[in-house]
Amino acid sequence: MPDEAPLPVPATHDIGGAPRFRCTPVEPDDEAPPDAFGKRVDALRQLLAQRGLMTVDELRRGVEAIPEAEYHALGYYERWLRSITALMLEKGVVLPEELHP
Amino acid sequence: MAHAPGPDSIALLDRFTAALAARGVVTEAQIAAQIERTDLADPRIGAAMVARAWTDPDYHALMLRDGSQAAEAMGVSMAGAPPLGVLVDRPGVHHLVVCTLCSCYPRAVLGYPPHWYKSAAYRARAVRDPRGVLAEWGTTLPEGTEIRVVDSTADYRWMVLPLRPTGTEGWDAARLAGLVGRDVLVGTQLPVAG
Amino acid sequence: MTRFTPGARIRVKADFPETRGPCHIRTPHYLRGREGLVERHLGAFRNPEDLAFARPAATIPLYHVRFDQPALWNEGQAGDTVLVELYEHWLEPAA
Repeated sequence: MPDEAPLPVPATHDIGGAPRFRCTPVEPDDEAPPDAFGKRVDALRQLLAQRGLMTVDELRRGVEAIPEAEYHALGYYERWLRSITALMLEKGVVLPEELHP
Repeated sequence: MAHAPGPDSIALLDRFTAALAARGVVTEAQIAAQIERTDLADPRIGAAMVARAWTDPDYHALMLRDGSQAAEAMGVSMAGAPPLGVLVDRPGVHHLVVCTLCSCYPRAVLGYPPHWYKSAAYRARAVRDPRGVLAEWGTTLPEGTEIRVVDSTADYRWMVLPLRPTGTEGWDAARLAGLVGRDVLVGTQLPVAG
Repeated sequence: MTRFTPGARIRVKADFPETRGPCHIRTPHYLRGREGLVERHLGAFRNPEDLAFARPAATIPLYHVRFDQPALWNEGQAGDTVLVELYEHWLEPAA
């Protein structure tokens, strides 16, 4: 790419090469397998996809819609839950008052 | 480090599952059964594929041609799973898998991804400083080896078929599979005999 | 029908749809405007940019495209490469 024009700031999730993480170590011992919460969210994602209620592409779109500060503050499966619940609200599968009484 | 879900998230999940159950969309029993199925996927499947490819030329050819079929041949159901691609290391070329956009991972043959694979640091650095990332594992490649970083962005899921280590002549597939840990299948480590 | 064959030199479009509104794209920002080499055709898949919004999605060719890694960042080791799945509509022949 020519150096003249500054490029747009990448989307929050689009972090390949992001300078802000270049000095952050990757910790090979950081395993953290999913806890009960993570496994439940993961199972819901699969079950809702099997029922034709969402695609992995919609899941990604929902994760990408999370504002940057929250994106990095939320855990991985918390982001998924945010995306999945937003999608199911969008499609009328569940109602706002059921999720946010 | 991964952190525990916050109380808001836990409450949201409870309300969500209750609403889905009340509407008959997803029941608790179905969630439990799905978790059980998902827990069956494990890096030992990928390791068994690699070991078989090292000892069976026909299977090696199948892995190259169609990773999903090669997984099916090991008894894995790939129905509904994204196609599996196999990245074949060769002398002078080593593959490293990352997903910079999210965390695409060959779950059918490796199970749940480890936390580091999903971390911002790994996603950001693997495409820019792959040798620095490998150093965190203490992995150094043979002199003159090129790294091919595979950014898993779309419809495939990728696993690495590494080179069979020297000093394993005469080993059977079961013994060879013991050399192939999960991180070898992602490409952050090399298999080492002994 | 595919537009590119293995070995073709391509350029990734220097487009940034994310600056124009909500969208979902699978072409990492760091490749926009960059030149690479088509390694192989991976098959045809439904366009994720539409699937993500539950819109009707056309089936489009997907390629594995290889890029010189140090050139992307002005750092790194000569010979290292990055291999990425890219959809056909993001690619144009390199000049």
